[in-house]
Amino acid sequence: MDEIKIIEIKKSVFADNDQDAARLRKELKQKGVYLLNLMSAPGSGKTTTLIRTINLLKDKLRIAVMEADIDSDVDAVKIREATGVPSIQLHTGGMCHLDAEMTQQGLDNLALQDIDLVILENVGNLVCPAEFDTGAVRNAMILSVPEGDDKPLKYPLMFTVCDTVVVNKTDVLPYFDFDLDRCRANVRLRNPEARVIPICAKTGEGVKDFADWLLQEVRNWKQS
Amino acid sequence: MHELGIVFYIIRDVKQVAEENHVNHVSAVVMDIGEVSTVVPHLLSDCWRWAADKEDLLKGCELKVNLTPAVTHCDGCGREYATVSYGKTCPHCHSENTWLLRGNEVEIKEIEVKDT
Repeated sequence: MDEIKIIEIKKSVFADNDQDAARLRKELKQKGVYLLNLMSAPGSGKTTTLIRTINLLKDKLRIAVMEADIDSDVDAVKIREATGVPSIQLHTGGMCHLDAEMTQQGLDNLALQDIDLVILENVGNLVCPAEFDTGAVRNAMILSVPEGDDKPLKYPLMFTVCDTVVVNKTDVLPYFDFDLDRCRANVRLRNPEARVIPICAKTGEGVKDFADWLLQEVRNWKQS
Repeated sequence: MHELGIVFYIIRDVKQVAEENHVNHVSAVVMDIGEVSTVVPHLLSDCWRWAADKEDLLKGCELKVNLTPAVTHCDGCGREYATVSYGKTCPHCHSENTWLLRGNEVEIKEIEVKDT
C-alpha cells in the first residue's frame, strides 16, 4: 500500500524574492545607482508626473526609466520623446506586478555605469505590486484626487510599504469630496513615517517638491 | 491576479525541495495562507491547476490551503483581537496604536509524497 510521506518546508513563498531584492539593492549601492519603485492605480498620472519630474532633474542627474506594463510600449515612447532620457519597456506577460528578478533583467538592458537614477514605473495596480520587493531603494506611490482620500484604508499594504505618497490632480480638489488632511491622517495610520506631497502634474504645481525630495534621496544614497 | 506569480514561486520552491529529497512526484502541497495576506484562495487554486499540470513533478498534485486567522496586537491596552472584524481600531480600548501580529503569511507548510 502507498503511504504518504510528508516533507516539512515551512517557508514563505516570498523568501527567495526578498533575498534577490536585497542582493540587487546591494549591487545598486556599489554601482551608485538609485532605484525608485513608483506605483499607483491606472490613470493616476504616473507618466505625466514622471515627465515633469525628469525635466526638472535631468540637468542634475543622469536618469533612465523602466516602464512595466502587461503590454504595449506607449509609455516608454512617450517618456523618451518628452524628456530625451533612455526609457525601456518591460512586459510582464500577463502578470500584475514586477519582482526582483524581472527588475534585474530590465536593469541589465541599461548602461548603469552612466546612470544615477532609475525610475521603475510599476504596473498600474494598488494590490499586487505592494507584495513584491523589487530591489528598489524606496517605494513611492501616486494617489490621484478622483480616487478618494480613503484609499489608504482600502489598500493597507500599498500605503504601508511606501515612503512617499504623491497626491496628484490637486487642481480638481474643489470638485471632489477629497480632504487632504483626512488623506494625510489615513496615510499616517498605515505608515507614520511616510511623507505626503500634493502636486498637480498637469500644471506643474508642487512637482518641484517631489523632485527636490528625489534629488536629495539620490545624493544621500551615493554619498553614504 | 498576483496569485499566478505566487504559484510560480511555489512551483520553484517545491521543485527545489523535491530535487533535494530525490522525489519525482508530489501528490499534495500544503499552504498556510493568512486571512489578510491579500491572496484569494480559490484564485490561487485555479492558477495552481493551470500551472502545476504543466510540470511532470506536479501533474494532478493537489494544493491544500489552510486559512490562518489574522490577529492584531494593541499597544494601548496590550490585548489582542481579530483583525478582520475590527481593522486598525482596538475594540477594547479604541486605540489605533495597533499592529498586525499574524495573518499576513503566504507559506509553504509541507509537501506530501506517495512513498512507494
